Amino acid sequence: MLLIPCPLCGKRSESEFIHGGPVGADRPDPNAVSDAEWVDYLTVAPNPLGPVQEKWWHARGCGEWLTIWRDTRTHDIVEAPDGIK
Amino acid sequence: MGSSSRLASGGRINRDRPLRFRFNGKDYQGFEGDTLASALLANGVRVTARSFKYHRPRGIVGHGPEEPATLVELEGEDASGNRPATTVVLCEGLRAHSVNCWPSPDFDLGGISQLFARFIPAGFYYKTFKWPGWHLFEPSIRKAAGLAAAPATPPASGHFEARHAHADVLVAGAGPAGLKAALEAGRAGKRVFLADEGTEAGGSLLNRALTISARPAMDWVAEAVAELHGMKNVTHLQNATVWAYREHNLLIVNERSPEQDNILERSWRVRAGEVVIATGATERAMVFSGNDRPGVMLAASVQAYVNRWGVAPGKRVALFTNNNSAYAVAADLAAAGVIVTAILDSRKNVPPEALELVPDLPVHTATVAAGIFGHKRVRAVLAAPVSGGTPKWIRCDVLAHSGGWNPTVHLWSQSRSSLRYDEGIAAFLPDRAAQTCRAVGAAAGDLTLDRIVDGGADLPYAIEPLWRVDVPVQRGRAFLDIQNDVSVSDAQLALREGYSNVEHVKRYTTGGMGIDQGKTGNINIIGTVAMQQGVPLPQVGTTTFRAPYTPVSFGAIGGLREDSVLFPYRHTPVTQWNKDNGAVMYEAGARWRRPGYFPNPGENLQEAVNRECRAVREGVGVYDGSPLGTFELKGRDVPKFLDFIYSNVMSSLQPGDGRYGLMLSDDGLILDDGVAFRLDDHRWMISTSTGHADAVNQHMEKLLQTEFPGWQVMITTVTSQWNNATICGPRAREVMQALGTDIDLSPQAFPFMSLRDGTVAGFPARVVRVSFTGELSYEVNVAPRNMAALWDKVMEAGAPFGILPVGSESSHVLRVEKGFLSLGHEVDGTVDAYDLGMGWAMSKKKPDYLGKRSVMLRRAGGATRRELVGILPKDPDQQIPEGAPLTPGGHKQATEGLVTACVWSVVNRRWVGLALLENGQARHGETAHVRLRDAVIPVTVTEPVFHDPDGTRLRS
Repeated sequence: MLLIPCPLCGKRSESEFIHGGPVGADRPDPNAVSDAEWVDYLTVAPNPLGPVQEKWWHARGCGEWLTIWRDTRTHDIVEAPDGIK
Repeated sequence: MGSSSRLASGGRINRDRPLRFRFNGKDYQGFEGDTLASALLANGVRVTARSFKYHRPRGIVGHGPEEPATLVELEGEDASGNRPATTVVLCEGLRAHSVNCWPSPDFDLGGISQLFARFIPAGFYYKTFKWPGWHLFEPSIRKAAGLAAAPATPPASGHFEARHAHADVLVAGAGPAGLKAALEAGRAGKRVFLADEGTEAGGSLLNRALTISARPAMDWVAEAVAELHGMKNVTHLQNATVWAYREHNLLIVNERSPEQDNILERSWRVRAGEVVIATGATERAMVFSGNDRPGVMLAASVQAYVNRWGVAPGKRVALFTNNNSAYAVAADLAAAGVIVTAILDSRKNVPPEALELVPDLPVHTATVAAGIFGHKRVRAVLAAPVSGGTPKWIRCDVLAHSGGWNPTVHLWSQSRSSLRYDEGIAAFLPDRAAQTCRAVGAAAGDLTLDRIVDGGADLPYAIEPLWRVDVPVQRGRAFLDIQNDVSVSDAQLALREGYSNVEHVKRYTTGGMGIDQGKTGNINIIGTVAMQQGVPLPQVGTTTFRAPYTPVSFGAIGGLREDSVLFPYRHTPVTQWNKDNGAVMYEAGARWRRPGYFPNPGENLQEAVNRECRAVREGVGVYDGSPLGTFELKGRDVPKFLDFIYSNVMSSLQPGDGRYGLMLSDDGLILDDGVAFRLDDHRWMISTSTGHADAVNQHMEKLLQTEFPGWQVMITTVTSQWNNATICGPRAREVMQALGTDIDLSPQAFPFMSLRDGTVAGFPARVVRVSFTGELSYEVNVAPRNMAALWDKVMEAGAPFGILPVGSESSHVLRVEKGFLSLGHEVDGTVDAYDLGMGWAMSKKKPDYLGKRSVMLRRAGGATRRELVGILPKDPDQQIPEGAPLTPGGHKQATEGLVTACVWSVVNRRWVGLALLENGQARHGETAHVRLRDAVIPVTVTEPVFHDPDGTRLRS
């Protein structure tokens, strides 16, 4: 069970959070991209062996959506979170 | 007493407190401080178990969690299975029996299977029972091989509990190294959490006769424990196994029999700043022919029984070793008056300091044990010179063997920290830490007391590894894993068949996969693989250490978090009224308890539902709509936001007006449906389906916080701030008038899909004209504190009109008659709005909204779609099971759809249904066929609406 740093609450147990998936590409203008590009946006998510930026929702805490960089090999949180964007 | 094996004195048992117990149907007596194993040995019980596969007779081998042979099932109120007898603390009246034997381990009918042993090699079952499917044979094979049965009832005498704790330092193990580490951290003022699996602190010192600064080592332990107990910053638990090391220094500790009588076990989740792994070392077995016979025991365990429990497991003990530690065992045995008939040492050169400990005992160097004489107990051991000279039998009733020591690196490895092989002690040692942890004492390879505590006196350790005895005179099976009956020949077979990786050897042979997780034998499997492949042992590597370190009951893991405690039911203020009025309560999504139907005495479900539906269609009914997910959205950018998350346009709504809409996810699937109402310029209220409220909340918050952080939208969940009674039916307006309201109820002033604030029956209320039944409806929302009173007044005011409460069964019928959607029925993750005949909800004007591009992309492919239709069984009295498939012509071929709902329609007096059918919208009037296992039901395809198709009634 990870210990996730929430920018508002400090380090809290993973059980307070809901995983929101990796941070992918920004949503493109759907009227300005090809079919293939749109499908890629929907279906291709970052899945590196190593640090990945991912979203977590502090659902059972303050309600903040935050991001962390988590190393998928070690679970180490390699960078302090910022509020998204 | 009659306990011939109990020594006259000594041991850490209370001889003033005899305890009676029963094992395999016979009564025995032990003492307070005994384990079941020590008490059985004291009573001279030698055959205590039968083996897993071959039903070979087995005895007690170890003295702690490493015990591979004797598993017992406890009987009585707190029954539990598969407990190593060495870890069962004896208590008055304890009842237990061996697993895997019938009728007893001494006379076991299953034992005939060992006659076929040579026909049951590794992988036998998988190779033999593969057609038509392993799963057909598995249950009976499991039963034949089986272990204990799961208890049929929950424990009677207490409950399981969970606790969280934080510590600066967690110390796993209260042996000399753990106590020392805890003292150092405690004296430095750190918060210390010290947990040890044994009944008392001391670790290996409990089992050995060592000194620290010329005083008994246990005196030092007592002083250390006393000092720790004087520190407020130290938590010290015994009977508490640290069984899992998880991410970010989270450790899970299972505490058995805490001080409170009503708690069986307590599960601690401890987040630690630093972890000190002081888990000691585990003695490993020697691999030789007959090494599983009752009476072949680990040397340090024989020592423990003598020193700690005052029991001599044998009268004439022979030892077999490859290292120094067995010499201390021999010395302790001799001191206790046990005859040591021989020490067989595989080494040619035994260090003189070891020999000095046993000056009067016969030591046979360069000699191995090559066989055991005796079936149910050891009678002699075959001593064979390594060089190949003439072997000879040496009499003994116990053979104590020591293959060396493995640092107990389970927790270390679970933390993902690495291991290295150390040639000096011929074992895997902690290497690089992956988390904030360190190993100390024997767990770090410091196997003698002098290296751990100042003033500790111990025999220096030296070893020459011997992974298995390999002399020609050897006959019969030599076991690598006693619990799972894995012998050397099984491992060799696995290697011959191409399972060259040690992880594959483990799985193919099941070596190390028993309850003991191969604590005494895994290293020998690795050694055997190395010998066979001719590679150095580190190159073979270890198998992965995984939690739990020792067996943990499901109860301890779950704690109190079962069902209604983990997910409490949600109730509305009308629950009590519902129960008082005979409602059959259902769970209706998101743990809400709602009435299913209200049967009159003697009435069945269908009769009750028909009565309730007729009330709504012909008179008036009322239901409690409080569980519906409700959110208030506030802010300048709400219209823009709603236009983005709904497929239709919401921003054009005027205050007081509302609209039904679909929420899509960006992949074009339907996430939810509901209504949105504009309260004023900047305030809106939306409703979601009951079961999806949390998902919709997450969806909206995620968008706002991660995609549009600049947008001014605040979301408040108000599901529980508003309760409502929804009055529905042609006479609903009359009931509203009877209740008394300051809202103009005329359809011109208060039309369908609008919202008015006012008072109803004297309560401040928000009345919404939505309809999930297809009839004139008023959803009267009030504060929860007024809900029960409002409900009473509605029933009172509605009585003259024959008002009836309506349950969710009737709601289902009413919505099917109208062809209204239900998520999970018609909406199943494949259909889109067009399939449902709701293309009108897909805005053409808006350039972008969630899901638009994906829906268009999917439809551009031109694939055949399953579309929502109504179905009328040709036989009006024919019910169709929901979920039944439709196939072309009713033939046995690929389905072309499924029945999503089928109800008895009170207005049509027949069964009607909804279905998803390929090209269904173009097939109205055609006949389709439902195919069941034993029947084909022809149905007429229709519009998916069976009542008031123009909607005049709901707009009235």
